Amino acid sequence: MIGLQHYLTLSAMLFVLSIAGIIINRRNLILLLMCIELMLLAVNFNFIAFSRYLGDETGQVFVFFILTVAAAEAAIGLAILVVLFRTRRSINVQELNSLKG
Amino acid sequence: MIFEAMLFYLFAAVMIGAALGVVFAKNPVHSVMFLVLTFFNAAILWLMAEAEFLAIVLVLVYVGAVMVLFLFVIMMLEVNVEAVKRGLTRYAPLAIAIALIMVIELIQLIWLRSRDVQISSSFAPNPEGYENTKALGAVLYTEHVYAFEIAAVILLLAIVAAITLTMRKRPGLKVQDISKQVSVRAKDRIRIVKMDAEKKQ
Repeated sequence: MIGLQHYLTLSAMLFVLSIAGIIINRRNLILLLMCIELMLLAVNFNFIAFSRYLGDETGQVFVFFILTVAAAEAAIGLAILVVLFRTRRSINVQELNSLKG
Repeated sequence: MIFEAMLFYLFAAVMIGAALGVVFAKNPVHSVMFLVLTFFNAAILWLMAEAEFLAIVLVLVYVGAVMVLFLFVIMMLEVNVEAVKRGLTRYAPLAIAIALIMVIELIQLIWLRSRDVQISSSFAPNPEGYENTKALGAVLYTEHVYAFEIAAVILLLAIVAAITLTMRKRPGLKVQDISKQVSVRAKDRIRIVKMDAEKKQ
């Protein structure tokens, strides 16, 4: 019997894994963006599970909007990344300290 | 039902394994490939939760567009992988400790609470003749139409922002200047010289 708890557990595992990914890969900006995508996927899992559990489509509408905003965010984030790489020749987060006094 | 549970556990295991691959892969290109696998398995699991429209959207938008964008950027940047991955092991114990604590807390919360409030062990079946896409559209275009319009504007914003950020003007590039081309007059370009016809010698 697969129910709400199984989906929530799976989503919790995915979310935690992406947090670990952000801590481990915090030098590489691309991997950080990918871990954020994973995190959003975990959140979407929660929304879909609850929407199915409550029999209410609003949760799925919300997932739709999250997908839209995440796509826009990925596009702008990658554009910023490309510009950053062009000027600094590096995407290492620890070298991006030009605002440091 | 047992078969369905087996399928769920199979796809969930593949998804978690692929997510581990995203985090721990040495090469960013492999990470993207693992992320594609993760999204595919997530789409399958959403199909099993009868969210068909979003499952298809996940495959089309994420795997088809966003992941391809990631791949393009990674292959374009030619980042030195070794230099970026150097400090991987230093923070791994901390990350694993935090992850373990959080996942234990969350799972405990989910299972204890579900035992307290008596959540039924499986989803209630949808009514006869229920279509996910139809139901979603009926809500999306009526109740949430303003949010839908805002989402469209956000996508437009993303297009404009991404193009203006990455467009660069190289000096000495040969391009057309349309307004100059249109505003050219004949007298700027050619000079008509009146002269007598030459006579045969």
